[in-house]
Amino acid sequence: MTDSATGPDQFTGATPDNALRDADRAAGPVLAADGRPLKQSLSRALRAQKLRALGLISPLLLFILITFILPIADMLFRSVENQIVSETLPRTVLALEDWEGEGTPDEVVFRALAADLVIAAEQKLHTRLGSRLNYETTGLSSLFRKTGRDVDEIGEVYLDQFEALDPAWEEPGTWVALMAAPDWIEAQADWAAQAEADRDFDSPEPRFRLDPAAGEAFPVAAPLYQRFAEVIQVENEDSPTEEEPWPIVYQALYEDLIAGHGEGVAGEAGRLIAAARDAVPGFETASAREGFLEIDEDWGNPEVWGTIQSFSDPYTAGYFLSSIDLQLTPNGVEKQPEDQQIYILLFQRTLFMSLVIMGSCVLLGYPIAFLLSNLPLRTSNLLLILVLLPFWTSLLVRTSAWKVLLQQQGVINDVLVWIGLVADNNRLELINNQTGTIIAMTHILLPFMILPLYSVMKTIPPYYVRAAKSLGATPFTAFWRVYFPQSVPGIGAGCILVFILSIGYYITPELVGGTTGTFISNRIAYHISQSLNWGLAAALGSILLAVVLVLYYIYDKIVGIDNVSLG
Amino acid sequence: MELPPYATLGQKIWHYTFYVICGLIFFFLIAPILTIIPLSFNAENFFTFTPGMLAFEAEAYSLKHYEDFFTNPSWQQALRNSVQIAPVATLISVALGTLAAVGLSQPHVPARRAIMAILISPMIVPLIISAAGMYFFYSRIGLQGTYLGVVLAHAALGIPFVIITVTATLVGFDNSLTRASANLGAGPVRTFFKVQMPLILPGVVSGGLFAFITSFDEVVVVLFVGSAGQKTLPWQMFIGLREQISPTILAVATILVVISIALLTTVELLRRRSERLRGLSPS
Repeated sequence: MTDSATGPDQFTGATPDNALRDADRAAGPVLAADGRPLKQSLSRALRAQKLRALGLISPLLLFILITFILPIADMLFRSVENQIVSETLPRTVLALEDWEGEGTPDEVVFRALAADLVIAAEQKLHTRLGSRLNYETTGLSSLFRKTGRDVDEIGEVYLDQFEALDPAWEEPGTWVALMAAPDWIEAQADWAAQAEADRDFDSPEPRFRLDPAAGEAFPVAAPLYQRFAEVIQVENEDSPTEEEPWPIVYQALYEDLIAGHGEGVAGEAGRLIAAARDAVPGFETASAREGFLEIDEDWGNPEVWGTIQSFSDPYTAGYFLSSIDLQLTPNGVEKQPEDQQIYILLFQRTLFMSLVIMGSCVLLGYPIAFLLSNLPLRTSNLLLILVLLPFWTSLLVRTSAWKVLLQQQGVINDVLVWIGLVADNNRLELINNQTGTIIAMTHILLPFMILPLYSVMKTIPPYYVRAAKSLGATPFTAFWRVYFPQSVPGIGAGCILVFILSIGYYITPELVGGTTGTFISNRIAYHISQSLNWGLAAALGSILLAVVLVLYYIYDKIVGIDNVSLG
Repeated sequence: MELPPYATLGQKIWHYTFYVICGLIFFFLIAPILTIIPLSFNAENFFTFTPGMLAFEAEAYSLKHYEDFFTNPSWQQALRNSVQIAPVATLISVALGTLAAVGLSQPHVPARRAIMAILISPMIVPLIISAAGMYFFYSRIGLQGTYLGVVLAHAALGIPFVIITVTATLVGFDNSLTRASANLGAGPVRTFFKVQMPLILPGVVSGGLFAFITSFDEVVVVLFVGSAGQKTLPWQMFIGLREQISPTILAVATILVVISIALLTTVELLRRRSERLRGLSPS
């Protein structure tokens, strides 16, 4: 019997039983020591822990994002980016939209092209555009360069006639009075006076502003003149008050006047316009089309226009199509000409050679890993150094070793000749071909096969094989049916690792591969540093990256990222 | 791999054949590296053993290729650049990498797998693609062809190695030690430097060595991100191998082999020390 005075229920104060009873009575949530609900308190602690972890990781994450992930994203972007055409030839692209792809486009397109090209040539952008389009159709680079030199002659017929009509048209001031906003004219005059007074005054001229009334009166000429003024101010650091407009501006003015525009201009300029309006019907005309054909008859070739039209979108699949030997033409996607189909072949060769390298790594790596895992630890640790030393040796050192050994006058050929296996005048060609790449890369990647294989084989218990043998299996059966299946995960891990590493290899194929033993990466490097076709390099790189990421995903499923071991 | 006493003749033959095969493969692994060492002492400008060398005549050997390496200004400039780039890149990788590895080993990290994948990615992506991307992006922001650009690129490439080695060391880390330290009144910073750091130091150092060797050995990225002013030792070797191959390369290669042997020994010793500290295994 429990004495009622000393029973647990008789105590007051903080006993566990009382606390439980209090909690029951409160019928609310369990409280932590500070009086907050326990759940809330715990989740707060968890949140603090998460934030602390993120705080520790975030500097590195930010660093990797900026120095590594953004560059990769930039490369992916460049593989589809194609703004140069629509930025350099905005008017032409617009005018060319309705062109059907048959014959040459009509006069409107040629006039737009003249305007675009004069501006581009003034900004020295036409050569860049030419080299860009040259990747798609050869010959366009020289066409654009040549045209850029002579394009300012287009429209000269009109310039001459306007100036013959009234010498005032030669004056830059006439155009400024006609086109500029009145407040700009005032600001410009102030600026000029200040510049005159003070020699050290070097703030730039106020930016040209178009008179909205002129914009309405001359729908074609006014925007073109405004562009002229901008280019003159920005590119040439000159003033529109000093420079006579380009001939195409005169041509645009002619177009406006002949279409009946140009009403409501006041003052001296109004008189000039009125006189010109009366005169234009009698003007000698010149077609921009003829002008272009005179500069180069390739402008009559529909293929040229087709290329411009096909690549006028700001984003294009063209680079990706080129990477798989296709091309974008006005008639849709077509195959590249036979003699330019190299990328499929190169991808195939890269895959094939990577597979051969992977295979020879398995053949050479398996016995070594087997030996290492079956020897006493002391001996195997010693032998492991022979595997780790090449792993730690500089890649360039190993490649130069092979370059020296594999030469026709190199050590291997010397030894073979000395043994008598090979005649002196018939030395083996071991370098600057596929053989060289395969030998050197097998040697370089072999440690990456041996190490994962070894780490898997170490864990295979030896008594399974013994049990198989005691049950009557021959040594071969015991190996093949019992040991080998257990080592397959190691083979898988090693193979994927070697394959991933080899398809992206650049240095070794470049140095020992010659022309037949190079990989897709060598082509990427060539496009970045020599042909400067960055878009194509980016597209090839994106394809390679996709292949590697898929393989890596498989590797992660089989082995796990966290289990990557470094020897 | 003991041969049982009852082994048949066939088994014996196979047993020794297997040893021979393994010996040949080891020879394949190690011979190329060892061959270039004597070749670098060649008195002639040849890449093979001269009759004099095979007869061990003293005058067939010389140190002239080493002399060339130590006096030729372009090799010396390359060496200087390498020595200026690699340690700084290593320092960045180790500082940021260790911090992040400590963060990653905390029990509750949101999106741990995704973060890990991003941090490891510089090791996965083929170098030529990293080089292309960095070349495009760094020339956009004006880092292409600058010392800073090369250092940042190399630091990014070294980070996965630091992350992997340090997280591996932290796996065996006994968290009750930090709790004990906190219990005794140490703040988080003091706990990190006095308790955690000495224990994970071997991992940090070997991660640093990996990062260092990555940068010191790296040629693809520096070839694109750098300009002539950042020409490193591997770059100079690459040019030498591609254009005018000279035996000086073999002398440089020999020096690098000696350096890598030293590094390999260091890492191995550190690994053993770390395992001993964590009480994982005596060997």
